[in-house]
Amino acid sequence: MTSLSLHAPPLWRQVLPYAALLGLALLIYFVFPDQLPMAARIAALAIFVMSLDLVVGYGGLATLGHSAMYGVGAYAAGLLATHLTGNPLLGLLAGACAGAVLALLSGLFLLRYEGLTFLMLTIAISQIAQNLASKLRQWTGGDDGLSGFTIQKILGLASFDLQGRVAFVYCFAVMFICLWLMRRLMASPFGLACVGIHQNRQRMAALGTRIRWQLLKLYTIAGAFAGISGALAAQVAQIVGLDSLGFELSAEALVMLVLGGAGNLWGALVGTVVFASIHHWASTLNPYHWLFIIGGMLVTMVLVPRERWGQALSRRLQLFRRAAAPSGASS
Amino acid sequence: MTLLANILIDGIAYGMVLFIISVGLSITLGLMRFVNLAHGAFAMTGGYLAAWLVGAQGWPFGWGLLAAVVLTGLLGAVLEALVLRRLYRRSELEQVLFTIGLTFLFVATANLLAGPEVQLIPLPAWLKTPVDLGIRTLPAQRLLVIAAGLAVLALSALVLGRSRFGIWLRATVDNTGAAAALGIPVKWVYAATFGVGAALAGLGGILGAELMPLEPYYPIKYLVLVLVVVAVGGMGSITGSAVAALALGTIETASKYLASDWGSLFFFLSMALFLAWRPQGLLVARRA
Repeated sequence: MTSLSLHAPPLWRQVLPYAALLGLALLIYFVFPDQLPMAARIAALAIFVMSLDLVVGYGGLATLGHSAMYGVGAYAAGLLATHLTGNPLLGLLAGACAGAVLALLSGLFLLRYEGLTFLMLTIAISQIAQNLASKLRQWTGGDDGLSGFTIQKILGLASFDLQGRVAFVYCFAVMFICLWLMRRLMASPFGLACVGIHQNRQRMAALGTRIRWQLLKLYTIAGAFAGISGALAAQVAQIVGLDSLGFELSAEALVMLVLGGAGNLWGALVGTVVFASIHHWASTLNPYHWLFIIGGMLVTMVLVPRERWGQALSRRLQLFRRAAAPSGASS
Repeated sequence: MTLLANILIDGIAYGMVLFIISVGLSITLGLMRFVNLAHGAFAMTGGYLAAWLVGAQGWPFGWGLLAAVVLTGLLGAVLEALVLRRLYRRSELEQVLFTIGLTFLFVATANLLAGPEVQLIPLPAWLKTPVDLGIRTLPAQRLLVIAAGLAVLALSALVLGRSRFGIWLRATVDNTGAAAALGIPVKWVYAATFGVGAALAGLGGILGAELMPLEPYYPIKYLVLVLVVVAVGGMGSITGSAVAALALGTIETASKYLASDWGSLFFFLSMALFLAWRPQGLLVARRA
């Protein structure tokens, strides 16, 4: 699933994808200015899908309750802006803390279980959070959502404008940093240990890894990033709804992740962009017909695994195969 | 006292519907280790077929119900034989993704064929008449649901425990390879079991249409509910599913009567507690 190489690739190959991403952002900013609000939303969402990738792709924990951390982060940022301060960076920090605390507390309980039991318990946690948020109406606004908070200027420089320029730059910058941090983290010994746990728990336990402790760390870190994503989305949209805690968000994020390829953060990013673009394009359709598209995508993706697409592609482009061959120590 | 009786009767009826729908899922999960998130779609198919046959075509209720259940079962068996069989060896995540995709396709198809409105199954007069139980009168429909639930429980216990097919099924659950080597038609057992599970889901969808209204989003709305019953009851354990369905159905009904503004909080809270206490299922002791 994840290819590991002991030798770090040359610097230019490490930097190249980031440079390409930056170039893409500049392209969007200058060539498609009317798409900026959507691009900002996608950037915020991409952080969430990448944090899901940490749990699902690297840790191998199938979860359908990851939106709990996203929603808690969003509510934390919204409440902070409503009651204390509209400082956006403090809002992100609050979101990260809220997500991490929820992930830590629920992880202490959840990670004692595996497989279907774990999956069901993650759903339970997000449903409990959603029902609580709906009940605590004086804090969260219940069904109407939490709104009416204002966000101050970012770094005291620029405030959100109607064209969404500042929002895009802000979201993209945060996403860029998060992507870099997560990539660094998963290339560290800790990240490799998580991949090892995914591949073979018994062997890692025999090697002396403390499985539950490592997974708890991973789950908490992923929760923090999910919280940042929620906080970012809340600040840009200036409203937090109950659906940010819902089951549908988790399921959709999982679709995006698998679309791009789990276990590789670039895949999560690509999947988010592709899915959100198709969704945007199809938003003129009847929402039920949209389900045909996403349902069809899911079914085809499983029946025709991505590896097979990849092989077909790389056979066409000899170049890719050459590049992949020397580092062939794949799992 | 009346309140308690109300909660108990409605809770048991609700639990029986949940049980009938989830029996099939419990068996497929236990037998094939196949995480079928599209199971709720079979319940919806049964309900829609019954609504169409009884409502639009004017069939009598009994025949319409029977035909809808049989057709749903056939659909399940065909799907299993053609597509789902290929997925048994895949990872849990892939099964989850495929069956979520399948569910979405069912939702979109239901909307395409019947529109987004709630479908009603017209009940015959004998099911609408209230029956006086002494403590309270209740519609005969509730009694039918409870009776059907008990019948499914008894029949499945009988079939699994006493019949040739039950022996095959249990052998296949324990060790598919050995069962196949002994000459048991394993593939046929899989398809038949899946078909029966789908048919029962269809039955549950029809009988529970009053409690769980039939609309295109039905499979997604009630998916979690059914999965919870199976997870709490223990995969492959029919009695476990029945106990879990009755307990959770009563808890959900009680919280609707007593604390409706808390939504499904108590349902999921009790599920988490049940799973924490017995992760393998209510009637299965924790493995050492």
